Amino acid sequence: MPSNEADPLNRWSSLRRFMAQPWVLGLVGVATVLLIWLLTTASGAVDKLFLPSPQAVWQAGQAQWTSGVLVKDAVASIQRVFIGFALSAGLALPIGIAMGTNQTICRLLEPLMALIRYMPAPAFIPLLIIYFGLEELPKVLLIFIGTFFFNTLMIMDAVKFVPSELVETALTLGGRGLPILTRVVAPFIAPQVLDTYRINMASAWNLVIVAELVAATEGLGKRISLAQRFLRTDEIFVGLIVIGLVGLCIDLGFRFLMRKACAWAN
Amino acid sequence: MHLQVSSVSKSFGYGPKAKPVLDSVSFDLHSGQFLALVGSSGSGKSTIMRLIAGLDRPSSGEIRLDGQLIRGPGADRGMVFQKYSLYPWLTAAQNVAFGMRLQGRPKAEVRERTAYFLEVVGLVDSARLLPRELSGGMQQRVAIARSLAAEPKVLLLDEPFGALDLQIRESMQEFLHRLWQQTGLTALLITHDLEEALLLAQQVHIMAPRPGRIVRSVNVDLDRSSLAHLRVSPPFLALREELASVLRRLDSSLPA
Ligand SMILES: Nc1ncnc2c1ncn2[C@@H]1O[C@H](COP(=O)(O)OP(=O)(O)O)[C@@H](O)[C@H]1O
Ligand SMILES: [Mg+2]
Repeated sequence: MPSNEADPLNRWSSLRRFMAQPWVLGLVGVATVLLIWLLTTASGAVDKLFLPSPQAVWQAGQAQWTSGVLVKDAVASIQRVFIGFALSAGLALPIGIAMGTNQTICRLLEPLMALIRYMPAPAFIPLLIIYFGLEELPKVLLIFIGTFFFNTLMIMDAVKFVPSELVETALTLGGRGLPILTRVVAPFIAPQVLDTYRINMASAWNLVIVAELVAATEGLGKRISLAQRFLRTDEIFVGLIVIGLVGLCIDLGFRFLMRKACAWAN
Repeated sequence: MHLQVSSVSKSFGYGPKAKPVLDSVSFDLHSGQFLALVGSSGSGKSTIMRLIAGLDRPSSGEIRLDGQLIRGPGADRGMVFQKYSLYPWLTAAQNVAFGMRLQGRPKAEVRERTAYFLEVVGLVDSARLLPRELSGGMQQRVAIARSLAAEPKVLLLDEPFGALDLQIRESMQEFLHRLWQQTGLTALLITHDLEEALLLAQQVHIMAPRPGRIVRSVNVDLDRSSLAHLRVSPPFLALREELASVLRRLDSSLPA
């Protein structure tokens, strides 16, 4: 009797332990959606034109991969995001720190930034096209406009939350201006800055697709809008999935960097 | 070393909203002395400490160190805060070295002095641990080592053990007493704990609140060969009771 009872109990608890692994449930969620998708298309209840089967999407993806289009598009999009976001992140850091440490600068810039932040970046596209045409510059600038103000204001907030004891201790140890910035403020805000970048990178990634939908010769967004013109829903699905996967990789990259560089904050 | 605090007053705010926090506080501190300021919370103890550290300016009066007017913070006045103020991304050893590195001392000297001061505070084995891996008492010992390593003329301690459990407090008091005897440091201790002040300090100033001012000063000439004995010795208890009643009267005379 006891062994009969212990066995299923044991099995339950090991199953529960397995399910408690953070990635297991996430995988279950993805697999469920995939399965529903597979069953729906296999049943033939939905027109293939509206909802292509997973196999069809896989084939379309493979075709784009072998022809090299997929890589070319992905590289074009990633490059735009990288340049635009690097500009935004690089400029937001000093300005955010300046606003967080200096009240005059903060009072001067904060209202302006708070205002521009609420202007939807895609609304700038017409203006950017008029000013800079259809080349790379307007797309990079769109990413810059869409992320710079968020980056700056979030870094400013991080700086304002540096405990005054940490700064004052450095002062009583003989510290002054710049060394305090580099040795106290910078390391303290590093985890928040990385997290800020991670969060705002998501909007940069959104914006590049929006920009490409409007005007581009290559890029993942461009591919989607072309596919729409030819009613290639399978290619639209490929585009969406690749965009999601690249975004996820960037996110995980930032998390990895944070865990490595800021182990003390975990 | 001679620290002179002369008729220092401080109010926060301006005009009719100005709030007097210190009223004409004066005292002196000489090399090798251990001085304590005792008062209930809100009596301006931290404020006077910040003025001495140069983190804030007096509204009137002046503070001089070796005759020089204090105009801002400097490494000659080390400070230990009540709240743990270790840099959370640095190990215990790196925290101890922090001030010396800010001062730009040679690497070899920094390494040597870091090892020495970790030894002084008994934390050699914890050198590589991060602050969050240290207990509250250990963190405060690192903070004290960090201050001492920067070679201040005077060590300012603002309720350094205020956040610690009673047991640990007592062992930290022993620690600070031994440190003072061994290193001959000059210390200004702020506390609301009368026993702590009388155990450690040669001279104790009692502060009254609103506005903060010194109402009573006593020299504590007691045998400190064993703090455990001192705690329960009749002359110590008598002095403690006498001053405790002074503090109680100050508290009860406050408008509710
Ligand atoms: N920066 C400040 N602005 C306004 N009031 C302050 C400031 N710092 C301290 N005070 C006030 O001064 C009084 C004394 O504070 P403090 O020096 O911290 O006392 P203690 O350290 O003895 O508890 C308190 O009433 C506090 O509210
Ligand atoms: Mg205080």
